[in-house]
This record gives sequence, C-alpha cells and structure tokens, in this order.
Amino acid sequence: MTLIIEKDYGTPEKKSDKSIDLNIDGKSVTVPEGTSIMRAARTIDTEIPSLCASDCMESYGSCRLCLVEVDGVRGTPASCTTPVAQDMQVKTTSDRLTKIRRGIMELYISDHPDEDSPLNDMAQLLGLKENRYGKQGHNHLKSVIDDSNPYFSFDASKCILCARCVRACEEVQGTFALTVDGRGFDSKISAGTDQSFLESDCVSCGACVQACPTESLFEKRVVDVGKPDHSVITTCAYCGVGCGFKAEMKDQEVVRMMPWKDGQANHGHSCVKGRFSWEYAIHEDRILNPMIRDNITDPWKEVSWDEAIEFSASRLKAIQKEHGIKSIGGITSSRCTNEEVFVVQKLIRAAFQNNNVDTCARVCHSPTGYGLRETLGTSAGTQTFDSVMETDVIVVIGANPTDAHPVFASLMKRRLREGAKLIVIDPRKTELVKSPHIKANHHLPLLPGTNVAMINALAHVVMTEGLMDQDYIDERCDTEAFNTWRDFVVDPINSPEKVEQYTGVDAAEVRASARLYATSGNGAIYYGLGVTEHSQGSTMVIGMANLAMATGNIGAMGGGVNPLRGQNNVQGSCDMGSFPNELPGYRPVVDDVARGAFEKDWGVELDSVPGYQIPHMFDAAVAGKYKAMYVQGEDVAQSDPNTHHVEAALGALDCLIVQDLFLNETARFAHVFLPGTSFLEKDGTFTNAERRISRVRPVMDAVTGMDEWEVSCRIGRAMGADMSYDHPSEIMDEIARLTPTFKNVSFDRLDELGSIQWPCTDEAPDGTPIMHVDGFVRGKGNFIVTEYVPTTERSTRKFPLILTTGRILSQYNVGAQTRRTKNNVWHDKDILDIHPHDAENRGIIDGDKVLIQSRMGETVLEARISENMQPGVIYTTFHMPESGANIVTTDNSDWATNCPEYKVTAVEVRQTNHKSDWQEEFDGFSSSTRHIAE
Amino acid sequence: MINIYVPRDTASLSMGADEVAAAIAKLPEDINIIRNGTWGMTYLEPLVEVETNQGRVAYGPVTVSDVQSLYDSGFLSGGDHALCQGLTSEIEYLKNQDRLTFARCGLTDPLSISDYKKNDGFVGLSKALKLSGNDIVDEVTTSGLRGRGGAAFPTGIKWNTVLATEGAQKYICCNADEGDSGTFSDRILMECDPFCLIEGMTIAGIAVGATKGYIYLRSEYPLCKENLNEAIKIARSEKYLGDDIQGSGKSFDIEVRIGAGSYVCGEETAMLESLEGKRGMVRAKPPLPAHVGLFGKPTVINNVISLASVPIILAKGGEYYKNFGIGRSRGTIAFQITGNIKQGGLIEKAFGVTLNELVNDYGGGTYSGKPIKTAQVGGPLGAYLATDDFNLPLDYEAYSEKGLVLGHGGIVVFDETANMSDQAKFAFEFCAIESCGKCTPCRIGSTRGVELLDNLGAEGNMALTQELCDLMDTSSLCAMGGMTPIPVKSALKHWPQDFEKS
Repeated sequence: MTLIIEKDYGTPEKKSDKSIDLNIDGKSVTVPEGTSIMRAARTIDTEIPSLCASDCMESYGSCRLCLVEVDGVRGTPASCTTPVAQDMQVKTTSDRLTKIRRGIMELYISDHPDEDSPLNDMAQLLGLKENRYGKQGHNHLKSVIDDSNPYFSFDASKCILCARCVRACEEVQGTFALTVDGRGFDSKISAGTDQSFLESDCVSCGACVQACPTESLFEKRVVDVGKPDHSVITTCAYCGVGCGFKAEMKDQEVVRMMPWKDGQANHGHSCVKGRFSWEYAIHEDRILNPMIRDNITDPWKEVSWDEAIEFSASRLKAIQKEHGIKSIGGITSSRCTNEEVFVVQKLIRAAFQNNNVDTCARVCHSPTGYGLRETLGTSAGTQTFDSVMETDVIVVIGANPTDAHPVFASLMKRRLREGAKLIVIDPRKTELVKSPHIKANHHLPLLPGTNVAMINALAHVVMTEGLMDQDYIDERCDTEAFNTWRDFVVDPINSPEKVEQYTGVDAAEVRASARLYATSGNGAIYYGLGVTEHSQGSTMVIGMANLAMATGNIGAMGGGVNPLRGQNNVQGSCDMGSFPNELPGYRPVVDDVARGAFEKDWGVELDSVPGYQIPHMFDAAVAGKYKAMYVQGEDVAQSDPNTHHVEAALGALDCLIVQDLFLNETARFAHVFLPGTSFLEKDGTFTNAERRISRVRPVMDAVTGMDEWEVSCRIGRAMGADMSYDHPSEIMDEIARLTPTFKNVSFDRLDELGSIQWPCTDEAPDGTPIMHVDGFVRGKGNFIVTEYVPTTERSTRKFPLILTTGRILSQYNVGAQTRRTKNNVWHDKDILDIHPHDAENRGIIDGDKVLIQSRMGETVLEARISENMQPGVIYTTFHMPESGANIVTTDNSDWATNCPEYKVTAVEVRQTNHKSDWQEEFDGFSSSTRHIAE
Repeated sequence: MINIYVPRDTASLSMGADEVAAAIAKLPEDINIIRNGTWGMTYLEPLVEVETNQGRVAYGPVTVSDVQSLYDSGFLSGGDHALCQGLTSEIEYLKNQDRLTFARCGLTDPLSISDYKKNDGFVGLSKALKLSGNDIVDEVTTSGLRGRGGAAFPTGIKWNTVLATEGAQKYICCNADEGDSGTFSDRILMECDPFCLIEGMTIAGIAVGATKGYIYLRSEYPLCKENLNEAIKIARSEKYLGDDIQGSGKSFDIEVRIGAGSYVCGEETAMLESLEGKRGMVRAKPPLPAHVGLFGKPTVINNVISLASVPIILAKGGEYYKNFGIGRSRGTIAFQITGNIKQGGLIEKAFGVTLNELVNDYGGGTYSGKPIKTAQVGGPLGAYLATDDFNLPLDYEAYSEKGLVLGHGGIVVFDETANMSDQAKFAFEFCAIESCGKCTPCRIGSTRGVELLDNLGAEGNMALTQELCDLMDTSSLCAMGGMTPIPVKSALKHWPQDFEKS
C-alpha cells in the first residue's frame, strides 16, 4: 500500500460543447473551451510549476511561477489564468522561463526559513543555486505561530501569500473566515479581524490546511506522529453526507484523515468532524474486552468472548423460555455498517424468531420512509447531492445543514452564491438565513409544530394562483388522488391568511415564497428533523411530496424532496430491514412471498406478525412483558424522549446487552457489554442520504479482537441459527441476493465504481442518482390530503414557552464520539437560547443557570440571550448527557411512525442556582453503574 | 451689480480663496460673487475675475491683504493693478490651449445647470438620445478617443465589446481614483464641471445599454464628492438622470463610491473588487471587465477624462475631435505640470506638443531657477526623461517607442539638485507601499529593490537591481509591478553617476 497523492490539475474543470486543439511543447492536446493552459498541460502530464493554483478553486495568478511562452503573444502569460485558444502553440520551458522562475523563487526564499519545507524542495527542483538577496532584509521569519486551533497551526514564516487558504475558505467551504490583511510586503493571512483561528469564524473544516502548498498551515498530528506512509480509502462515520476519506497511515496508526477528491458525496471537502474529530476511536475510554454482570449494581467483570457470547445466548434463551418468544428483541444501529445491521436483524428474525427489531431511525427519519413511500413509492430521498448545483430555488425546511450536514451545506452555499434563490422555513434564524454572501430571499419563522399548516398554505397559493405544472400532474400522477387533494388545499382554511394564526408567519411572505418556489425553474426541498420529529411528521413529509409533485419538481436534476439524514448509515439501516414490520428492502413481513424468500435462503420459518417499535418495547418493558434487549450502537437512555420512562424501561429488563465503543448511558442498565469496533476497524458499507453505498475499509485490526458482525453471528449460532460468513462481502452478497434494489451490489462492484446509488438493478447496473425519472416507483404519483391537526403539546399559562432542539457543528448527536475529541473547545456544554424579550420578562441574563420545566420533568442549563430565536420559542442542543434535554421532552409522537415529537415541548424557564434533582442523581448513578472490577 | 468670480476648487481653496471671497464680499459695493471653477492656472490661484464690458478681467494670485489695494485701484471696473493679468481669455497660458474637454472649467459655476446648458452642455446627450447604441459607439470610435487613464486603449472598441456582450444588467464605472503623483486633471474636471462627467457617463450608458453607473472616487477628493453628489441630485431633478431621461424612455443613474486610499485601486480590476466591497486586489485578465466586470456583469470602465471628452465628441462629431492630434493619438490631452516649476497648472493641448514647450514656454522653467535635470512623465511609474528627449512629440506611439509612457499626463519637473538614485529608490518604495501584495514580484521584489538601493556600492547590487527590474517587468500581474522598473531603469540609464556610493 502506498500513500495516495491525488493529481491536481491546477484549475477547475470547464465544461463546454466546444473543443479546442492546441500544442504544448510539441504535443497536441484537445480540451474543452475555457480550460486553462495549465490544466491542458497537466492532462498530458506536462508539469508546469505552480504554487498558487489548485483545481479546487478558481485561478488567481499570484505566484507567477507558471508563466509560459505562447507563439504570437507578447510577454509571458500565466498558464493558470490564460485560457486555451485554437491552434495555440505553447512552450512551457525555455531559458527565459527558467530565469523568471528562479528569479521568483529567489524572492520567495529571501523570506523563508532554512529548514525542510516544500518550498525549499521546490527551489531545489527549479535549480535555484543561491539567494543573492540574503535573509537580512525585511522578513517574516520571526512570526509567532498561531496554535489556537486544537488540530492545526499556522506558521506565517512559511506563508507565501498565495491565498489558497483564503480562497478555500471562500470557494470550497463558503465561510469567509480568512482574509489577506494589510498590503504589499506587509500582507498577511488573517483569521477574522486579526483574531486567532480559534476566536475567528473559522469552522475548522480543514480546507485551508489541505490547500496550503507550503505547510504554513499544518496538522499538529503530523508533527506529533510523523508523515504518513500509506493511505486507505474509507467513508466517514458521522452524518448522512457520507464523505469519502483517505485515512493516511503510518504503520497501524492513523496520522490524519484527508478528504478524498474522488468521493462523490464530498468531492474532496470535509468538515471538522470527519477531518479531525476521529480520535474518539483511539480514546482511552474505549472498552476493549467483553464484560458481564448479574445485576446492574454489580461491578463489571471482564470475560472472554466465548464466555460473553455464551452468557448472552443462555440468558436470552432462558428468558424466552420463561416469558415467551416475543419477550426479547433488539435495536440496530445507524452507526454500523449495512452488513452489521443486516446480521443483527437476521439475528432477531432468525434466532430470536420474532420481529422485535427497530432502529434509531424510529426517532429521526421514520416519517421520511413512510411519507415518501406512500406518495412516490420509495423510502428515500430522490436526488444525488450534486443535483443542488442545478437548482434554481432551494427550500430548506426544519434543517440546519451548516451545522448538521456541513459538507453538503458548502455545496449548497456555492450554488446560492451562484445566484440560486433560497427560502428557509425554520423557527430559528439559522446560519443560512443570513451569513457572509448568503441571504435567504424569504425566511418563514413559523411556530414549532405548525409545519403542516405552512405546507398546506404554500400548496394553497400554488393551486389557487394556477402555478402548478398541470401537464406533469396529468401525465405522472393519479388523477383521482390529485383532484381530492386539490379540492382540499384550495379550501380557504388553508390560505396563508388563515393559517397565519397558527404559524405566526406573515401571509404575504408565504405567498411570495410559494410563487418563488413554483415559478423560478428547478425547485428543490431539503429537510431535516425539524420536519419529521413532530406529531404530524409523516403528514409533513407527504405535504412536501405533494407540493413537489404539483409543481413538477420530482424526477430530474435540480429538483426533488431530499431528507438530510442525520447519521452515517441511517438510510442503510432502514434499507437493511431494521423495522419491525419490514424485511430488507422495505418488504412487509406480512407479505408471504417476500418472507418466503428469506425463509428459503435462511432455512428457518419466520414470524409473519410485525414486532415492537422502540416506544412499544419501552412500554412493554415497563409493563413486565418485554424482558431482554440487544442494543447495538445506540444510546437510547440519552437520545430517546422522556428519559424517566426510558430509564424505567431499561431498569425493568432482565437482560440488556449493549454493543458499543463506550460505556454509554444505556450501558448503565446493561448486563452484558460487547465492545464494538470503530469505523477505522470496520469492513463493510455505509449508505448515505443520497442512497449512495460506499465502502468502509479497515485501516487497522479490530482492537477488540472480534469484528462486530461476527459477534452478532456467534450469538445467533449459540441460539441455534445458521449464521456463518467468512467475510463481510458474503453478507453483502446475501443482501444483494435477497433485496431487489441491491441486486448488482457487491464489494467488487463498489471497489470498481467507487460507490453506487441504489437501486442497482439489471436496468441500472451502475446505480440510480436520480429517482422517479421516467415515472414514479409506485406507478402514479399519489397525492394525499394533509389536514393540519395541531399537536396536543401547546403552550399554556403554566408552560408558556415552546422548547425545540437541534445540533451544533462541533458536536454530534449524543456526543459519544465528539465529546471524546478536542471539539469540546468549541462546545463543552449545552446552552439554552432564549429571545431577549422572554429573558427580560423572567429577569434572565446571559450566562444565568435556568431551570427548564415541562410536564415530564425538569433540567438545568445555562442561558444565552439570542436574537436568532423568536419570542416564545427557546432552543437547546442535546449533546451532553448531563444536560438531560430528554428529561423534559414528551412521549408525544408521529401518528404514523411513532417518531417522537422532540421539536415541540411546552416549558417554563426560571433562574436557579443548583442542578435539577435528576442531574444530581445522574452524577451519582452514573459512576456507580460504570465500575469495572479490577 | 458687479459679478465677481472667485474660484472654489481645491487648489484655490488651499491658497485662501474662501477668505478672499469673504473679504471681497465685505467691500461697500453691490457685488455678486460667483464661485466658479478653476481655469487650471494654479500658479495664479486664487484668480479673481471681474466681469466688465470688455470681458472678464483677471487678478491673481490674490491674497486677503491684496483686496483693499485692488479695490483702491478700481478692480471692480477692471482697473490696473500689479496682480492684473488682463482679460482672462487673453492670458497666453490659457489662450494657446485646445480647450475641448475643459472648455467650461473656470468659465462656469460648477453646480449651475443653467450655466452648463448655456455653454453647450447636454448637446451631446440630446443627440445621443436620438441615436442607436451602435451609432453612438461609431461616433466615439471615429473620434479616435483613447483611454486617458494611462493605458490608451481605444474607447470605441471597449464600448463596442460591452455593447456586443449579452447582459441583463451592465454597468459604467468611472475610474476617478486619480492617484498618480503630479496629476489633478480628474479632480479639476469633477470639481469644476461635474455635469460634463455625468453627461459623458450617461451617453456611455445609453450607448452600451447600461442603466447604472458608479464613480469610484478617491477618498482624498472631498470636494469632488460634494460637487458630484450635488450635481447628480440636480441632474436627477432636471430629468437628466434617472428613469426616462428627457422623455426618451431611457434610464441611467449614477452613484458615487469612495475608495479607501489604495493606489492600486486605480487599476481597473482592483477598482471593481473595491467597488464590490472587497479587498482591492488585481484580478487576472481574461476575463475582460467588458465581459465579466462589476458584480460579474459586462462593464465599461473609463477614466474621468475619457468620459468627459464624450459630450463634445457627440456634440461636434467624431471627425471634429479627431482633427486634433497627430498619428494614432487623436484629440487632446490634459497635461498637468508640477514639481519644481514656475508656472504649474493644467494645459489641455492636442497631442504632438513637446515637453520643452510645456515646461519652458508654459511652465517658465524651474521654480528654483536652476536648470532642469529631468521630468517624470506619466506618474510614479513613468520614466525620468533626459532633457535630450524633451523635443519628442507627446504622442502615445512616439513615447512608447522609447520605452516612455504618457500615462495620465502628469509631468513632474526636477532641477539639477535631484539625486536620481533617491528617485529610483522612491519608485521601489512607492511600489512597496502601494502593492496590493497579490503577486510575488511586486510584493517581495519592490521591498528587495529598496534594500538594494539602500546599499549602494555593494558587490553585484547594480546587476541584481537590473535583473530584478527585468523580473518585475516580465512577471508581474499588473502594471503596478510591471512598470515600477521604468523609472528605475531610466534613472540608471541616464544618471549612472548618481548610483555610485557617496
């Protein structure tokens, strides 16, 4: 294995129908019109020296090393900024050019330290013999290194002012945190307004570090560990964007994660989490040995794998014997690979012999699966990420991509800077509403819980003002369903003026937004958990699909209804049959044909009755009917709503098996702990939000001594099921064999194509970037009436504020990973955001401790006054276990899928000076249940 | 009532014109003081003019303490006085000029739109409103007008490119970032005849289909800002700007934007960056601003004088304008003589005049009275001319052949005491201070140049200086770094003895 060095063509690829032929150093080359001379030369491996050029950003023309000679052209044009012309004759080397290049390099070296550096290497390569200016003149050699960022440093003494960092921050990331300050010789790279990197707006995405040609910006880890010697291509294990990375290794040690240019989801970009925050995988908190205990009050006892598996299997069997087949079940993880998830659901269906399997998608995107399947026919987003580059008007609903899906947000921002219009529907002023070079055309700050009223109002405007695409509807949608829906939405009860009483949003803004979406060309809807985590989550998903169909925005590049998936493999875990009513590929367990195929392949009889969803598991546990659970890579005790109820359920179990990297909150109630593997040890696949299946490749051996899929299989075998595989690729082969949409997927094909977007069938052997192109998967597009039914959770005199929750860039979900990285410098506690008006009324000032009370419970957080909030709505994140955000959330849920209504909780807040009772107990209980025997 | 003209431009004001006007106003007579612009004879400022039956009689330079003696000499009826210069129109310095672009400067009250109209104002625009874009561009092309900012690119060709480029929005940008040392013609035009610039920009807008114009004005010109903004307001209220100009159905409006004190923002692409609110750094070309200019839209960028020359071209025809000048340098150019000179000022002449005529006949030799050593022509990036070259016709091509530049017409005169290695070092220093820092040769090279000349006599320094000049010349991104070697090399060539270690 070698270190992968990606080719840099110097300037971005240009697309043109017109080809240009030219001649470079006697070699002919044909490139699209608009291509730079530099790029043309590099396509035929003619290397022109350069420092300021990179194909990730527009040409800049600052270093002047790439000058060339062109017949008939006076002077020496820069090859990076000069476009090719027909029959151009270019010379890239000559005595004159050599003299210029050495002259430039001599100037650089006159202000550059004498040490091993890429610039000194290049000077040598260019044949620079001496520096006649000396180094005694004005220089930057004594610049102070900015070490403030936890992951990288900036050493201005090596900086050549090529501004690649600044341009990467602008063009690639879209944050505009960096600038060139001062002018002439005193020019310097400045983060923010002469702040340190940490104090500035820098989001630590790493684009600048990656772009720097002189190692003036450098990863601290490269200094600590040394230079990498080989790379492994793999996939990030954070959000649903699924970025491709090169794990750059030195022996078995990861030096750094570098975004992979050929990664189709990220095209060489990254965010702070994927790029830097992977060190949790080698954190000392990781549990490396299996552990068991009889009671949760006992200390943990480390045991061998054999003993742990035998202990688990015999306990589960005993419970089934005493309480019945259906008294046990499990939860699959959206963090794990498709192969790992598949074997867990197989374990439950084939070995437990019931359908008590659910997944954490229950609490995030289950309404997406339901709503999109009912309307369009497929439980997945319709587009490939790159589709946004052809979108004319982007609608973002209940999503905060700059924090939660940063790499896709950068792509979206790039399109917005190109002039696409933007409508943001969100209770909060998110970054997309207004940030450097981004300003939403409309922000509709609706009251949490009123999404459906809003989507109906938008549809009302489209239908009553004749803005729909009737030809599209006639051709592709079910007429009867459409007519029923149309009659419903045109009813004046759905007009913007009427629904204003619920949403609180100015009707004129709603009308203008509807017109903009319907009439501006390609319209695309992107949404997140602000849509799904409501009592009408599924209704809202249906409402968005209705609107997109009515305006003809599904089935082509630039359009679509696109869920922004929260976890790396939440799409995959759903695809893999993690729901109690669905086998892999979303086929109902009640369907005899589908079930029959699995029974035949697995050689067992399967239960035809759907099993428990997660909330039902908890209810049944509290009721004493459900006695054992196998929980893979999910921390339900922290992540699921109404913590008191969840803890009561977990505490009532006779056997809780937790498979995870860390002793998480759920593990406090566990009897068996099976140490899991991090993504750096896994061999398998993840499926991202655009249905893209990518390979996850192990860069090191499993530090636990056993692969996670093998652990599940062994328990299955110990319980009598035939679950044997020699390699995870065989699991994928089984998935492909049993799942029509995965028919042609295999590890070999993935290695060949890089990644594959399902469906991958005989008709689409290379996968399907855009769904529903020639018609909807379900046949005719199905319009469904979406009546607005207000949630029962509403503000009252006692609980006058609405609490809503979300995520922040530097932390990830329950924080199990990111809390164990240096990311805590940006966010070490959850904060409650409150509008100045609400704060003033309660005498709350910035930094006060405040008690948040709902009808479910109470917790204490620090308050921050924020005008990003609207009066009456407060907000917090839920990354820290001790915050207890889910102590206050309710057990309301989506009517169709039981996805919890996290986004709406009626609360009151007041100043306090101590922790809540739960928080006090949490501290004690937390340590007492984590004790490991010596 | 007696009409008395007291100029109100920056040069006159700096010499006490306001105080002089106040003193005259206190005289026990029925006096109407008109604050006109300057005629450009800065050595006579403040130049007070009294309107008589014979014409305007000039007195200057007038100080407050002169007012009583002028009054006593009967200046209110054109009486003789030591400061009397005779009839303004007969002053040799002025009489022999070719006043086309600056025809109204000094003559009128800059903010009187009726003065402007009375003196051929808006004749060009009225014609243009009846013409097609192509016809207007043809007229400008015929005139042979070339960019007066210094690059001398044919204005007609530039306009035609923008006209031919598709664009829902186009812009006219007036480069009023007059930063060359020894230049002030833009300032005088904007202070003294702002309507002329407004008219020129409006014609440009109508010609190429632009509806919005920006004047990028250097921050050091507060009076220009005041006068331009006032004139724009007046023009709007008189329907010469805004929607439906003079009932033509055509629209154009102008906004003044103030720079932040950077020389390089006079470079057209850096100016665009600055106008867009960004750091003033040079853009690589292509794309040309005519294709991808301000906010990415097709944009005409012209200097103040280029645009202010357009009204007369439209009014009198391209042929009329073309009849001035020689060779490929047609029309007139406003020379500005400063430095060690007896009679500094603005001289608008047809191309072809020589430096000798300008500095000796008009300028009257050095202020110090010592022999002239050199003159730097074309701003801080222009060459220092040996007196042998003072007989060259001032013509773009004739100068260019000798490696000289006309630039924006600035001429700075030095007497024999000037040390040319100091002047060469000044060129590097200027570049080091004003470089935007984008390209390596300009950013680092200029500083190294200063250091080399700080260390005269060191082994190999002169050879390295020559080499550095060649490097900056061939490899810089824009004219800032590319032309800095011009003054350095000219000094090295003509006065090598000044570079010997003292």
